[in-house]
Amino acid sequence: MRTFLTTTALALSLLAAPAGAAEPTQGGEMIVTYKDDVSTLDPAIGYDWQNWSMIKSLFDGLMDYVPGTTELVPDLAESYELSEDGLTYTFKLRKGVKFHNGRELEAADIKYSIERAVRPETQSPGAGFFASIEGFEALTSGAAEELSGITTPDDYTVKITLSRPDATFLHVMAINFSFAVPREEVEKYGQDFGKNPVGTGAFRLAEWTLGQRLVFERNPDYYKEGRPRLDRIVFEVGQEPLVALLRLQRGEVDILGDGIPPAKFLEIMNDPEWRDNVVEGGQLHTGYLAMNVTMKPFDNVLVRRAVNHAINKDRIIRIINGRAVPANQPLPPAMPGHDPNYEGYAFDPEKAKQLMAEAGYADGVDTELYAMNTDPNPRIAQAIQQDLAAIGIRAELQVLAQANVIAAGGEKDAAPMIWSGGMAWIADFPDPSNFYGPILGCGGAVPGGWNWSWYCNEELDALAAEADAMVDPAKAEERIDLWRRIFLRIMDDAPWAPVFHEQRFTMKSDRLGGPDAIFVDPVHIPVHYDEVYIEDGQ
Amino acid sequence: MSHLRDRILGDRVALFGLTVIAVTVLAALFAERLAPYPPDRQFFDGLTLEGAPLPPNGRFWLGTDLLGRDLLSRLIFGARTSLIIGIVANGAAVAIGALLGITAGYLRGWIGTAIMRFTDLMMAFPALLLAIALAAIFSPSLWIVALVIAMVNWVQIARVVYTETTSLAEREFIEAARAIGAGPFRILLQHVLPHLLPTLLVWATLGVATTVLLEATLSYLGVGVRPPTPSWGNIIFENQTYFATAPWLVFFPGVAILLLALSFNLVGDTLRDALDPTQRGREP
Amino acid sequence: MIGYIARRLGQAVFILIGISLVTYVLVYLIPADPVRQIAGRSATPETVESIRRQLGLDLPLWQQYLRYLGDLLQGDLGRSYIQKTEVATLIASRLPATLELMAGAILLELLIGLSAGIYAASRRGRPADRAIMVASFAAVSAPQFVVGILLLYVFAVQLGWFPIGGYGTLWHLVLPALTLGLLGGGWYARMMRSAMIEVLRQDYIVTARAKGAGRFRILFVHALRNAALPVVAMVGLDIGIFMSGAVVVESVYGWPGIGQLAWQAIQRVDIPIIVGVTIVAAVAIVLGNLLADLVAPFIDPRIKFRR
Repeated sequence: MRTFLTTTALALSLLAAPAGAAEPTQGGEMIVTYKDDVSTLDPAIGYDWQNWSMIKSLFDGLMDYVPGTTELVPDLAESYELSEDGLTYTFKLRKGVKFHNGRELEAADIKYSIERAVRPETQSPGAGFFASIEGFEALTSGAAEELSGITTPDDYTVKITLSRPDATFLHVMAINFSFAVPREEVEKYGQDFGKNPVGTGAFRLAEWTLGQRLVFERNPDYYKEGRPRLDRIVFEVGQEPLVALLRLQRGEVDILGDGIPPAKFLEIMNDPEWRDNVVEGGQLHTGYLAMNVTMKPFDNVLVRRAVNHAINKDRIIRIINGRAVPANQPLPPAMPGHDPNYEGYAFDPEKAKQLMAEAGYADGVDTELYAMNTDPNPRIAQAIQQDLAAIGIRAELQVLAQANVIAAGGEKDAAPMIWSGGMAWIADFPDPSNFYGPILGCGGAVPGGWNWSWYCNEELDALAAEADAMVDPAKAEERIDLWRRIFLRIMDDAPWAPVFHEQRFTMKSDRLGGPDAIFVDPVHIPVHYDEVYIEDGQ
Repeated sequence: MSHLRDRILGDRVALFGLTVIAVTVLAALFAERLAPYPPDRQFFDGLTLEGAPLPPNGRFWLGTDLLGRDLLSRLIFGARTSLIIGIVANGAAVAIGALLGITAGYLRGWIGTAIMRFTDLMMAFPALLLAIALAAIFSPSLWIVALVIAMVNWVQIARVVYTETTSLAEREFIEAARAIGAGPFRILLQHVLPHLLPTLLVWATLGVATTVLLEATLSYLGVGVRPPTPSWGNIIFENQTYFATAPWLVFFPGVAILLLALSFNLVGDTLRDALDPTQRGREP
Repeated sequence: MIGYIARRLGQAVFILIGISLVTYVLVYLIPADPVRQIAGRSATPETVESIRRQLGLDLPLWQQYLRYLGDLLQGDLGRSYIQKTEVATLIASRLPATLELMAGAILLELLIGLSAGIYAASRRGRPADRAIMVASFAAVSAPQFVVGILLLYVFAVQLGWFPIGGYGTLWHLVLPALTLGLLGGGWYARMMRSAMIEVLRQDYIVTARAKGAGRFRILFVHALRNAALPVVAMVGLDIGIFMSGAVVVESVYGWPGIGQLAWQAIQRVDIPIIVGVTIVAAVAIVLGNLLADLVAPFIDPRIKFRR
């Protein structure tokens, strides 16, 4: 469900090998621990933070990102061209790329794979990303058997025609849902393809013992010279984060898939012996309080602004031991379009009370706050509850399972306020448009949608469409500027109270090598599996 | 009943149980006066600068939780939650169980069979799973949690009451009452129910222990009473990730749950010994 | 005996159908749409509707249920909505861990409970007896999660004798099994004690004593065999209870059993898993009781198959 980004400046740190570090070596084995078993490794289905980057190492798409950055580069494609009208992309495929079963990749595989993700029978959560391809509606409604917009003039050429210009299209060609799968294997395994994945990626699946472990082994036919660096990766599942940490400290584990357990976080960060094993980075995440603009009292913009002034973000960040930075706008600092000069709503309960009085709620008001029931979300919700009580908003807490909160958010009159933690928006790809459409645009403000504030500003929707039609690379700067304006206008209307942006803390063993950027890679969680290596002599 | 009083007061173990229950009841009744702070007040200086909870100290006698609230105050108010649920949920379970058990045992016929078949079905239901699923379905509040527990706990009571009623219904004095023309309702009220009272009393006491534990378990899984209402179970749920660094956050509420459940069990057991005619007079 | 088993199994089928119905209706009431969970955030309304149709979730409840029941009677528990894997495969993958914990827990329960119960009965009325009885009450009054967390804290974190949760070797099993064994042992101790006292009072013991048989022989040959009946019934119950997953202990220790599977499924409204686990657990409860009833006559020849 997520893709991440840090600044492009990290690319530089990756290209320049760190002085004094050992030369990258080839071979060796790395052990990664997880608590939960992996749900599926089917690229059309997998959509959680755990399988997202595992799939990236087993499969490839037309496009990819430079390791450690958000810079797009061709991957299975050798090159691409965009037509004058901005509607047709022509990809030239790399020759000699082989699936793990030995067959060579052809243009038809790309067409098949994208159509498979769109086809309703697949039940892919990513189908909607391909909506700009011509023929999308016909295929999803069952009127057609294929996407008329994708053609294969020869075995190494894929032509994709869009029904509208889409500035994010190349990002879409880099998300997992578009990755190439071999038809014969998909048909052989049917619904169990996710347990028997066959791709073109740097690793292939060697073993999967349900509930215990998965083993990836190096794909000897991988097209990229010198990658992957490791021979094997062992994923041990069913490992409690606390146990995993102790094992890492004993040298038995290399990466904590679930991160540093909260209770041990302060201890590790204050321990000079282990502090250096932790790499910190930003991520494309925003935790926010959504206020339903169609429900009282949040139909009044003054109340929504008052809430923005009332929340003590520093205290909330303290409650989660400083694992985040305060937020004052929807876009996280690492996202293009974030405005570092915007000051937002300062913590000011007096001003908030004044706004409440102006809005006609001098005596306060009763409402409800929904939150997910996994730690630390109930605690954060209680902190928000206390802050709101101080300005007269008496919110009753509804702490529910994730599915129930999402269901309430998708109903127009159900949830006046939702704390997004645990379900929070993490970008699918590093582009500001991904932070708008489903969660702040009119398109998401529908029954079952994800726009929990039910904020729908048609003027901004028009501006957003305009921005996403700017496909000319020369206008990229202008486009980002337009997005910046859109998000600041949203903050005026204040349908959200942005609270914080989570930081990432990856803990690694001493023997793992590689530049810091790949340990907080914006698109690979927890690390970029193709790029890490075992340091010499270990 | 003086016999009963002597039995309980004469038994040191039962006396201990009664004392704990009395203390808990007092804490629940006078929580506002006894607690040093409001239970949901988050103190800014109740956390270290890094956000860690404070260990027990002069200001917060039992330390603070992960939101900087006073643990002692939360425990005192938590007694109220536990008792309300213990009494309401268990009262409802006993009422449902008694009603169905008596109906099935006295009326027999197809209604009785249907009720007992349904009880059999519920006996085969994985109870904890059922409770969790129910609590997750209905957004949990104090009353919903009580209801869920009652829906899980009535089954056993119904079985016991059924068995006793069937054997009572065949006894001579019931036959006699019937012979002199007493209606079924009157027989139930005047003859059957009084004989069931000891059993119900024992179950009502022992059941509170089960209920207190079940409430704590649901809260521990995050599907119990809704925050910020403190319950001994949800105090542990909210703080358990820190058990290695702040064990007092698990230890104190844990001991409270244990003591209360233990006390109800001890008192209930003594009651059973005192009231059960088949056991009366048995060696100590 | 064959006829008896057949009759009991027949009853079991009805109970299971009833349980599947109740569970299905309950899950249907959850105010969350599983299709939305599957379809993700960027789904179009058409995709959502088409997924709903494929899963048959657009049908009225009774049709959905009949469909499910039809599959169930053929042994098909369906596929997980979220993981797309056969529910039967998922449950099977959790079975080794569940069975291991069950075996460990029952073994410890018996070991702790029976020895404490026998000892208490032999010291009836003395301080040791009273102490054991209070302790057994404390055991059945202790919340599993508190005992679990405390054992974990003392023996794994502080002393480092055992791994801090997880699954794998016999060492991993000790603490979770001990948690369940200590608490369950309380019931066994009480039951064993009263059964022993009852048996010890019976005439033939007196006779045996008169004949000069040793104390040891009295206790173990005569009494134990007779007192074992309720214990066997209780083990039967325990099999059923542990099969539905010791949700709490599993979550404290990160034990990858059926309980964790069910808990995750409840959180994500993965209906096929919730219903599947409930049914498998109910099967275990029914079979556990049946097993106990079947073993009883071998322990005590006076008992005939009932009903």
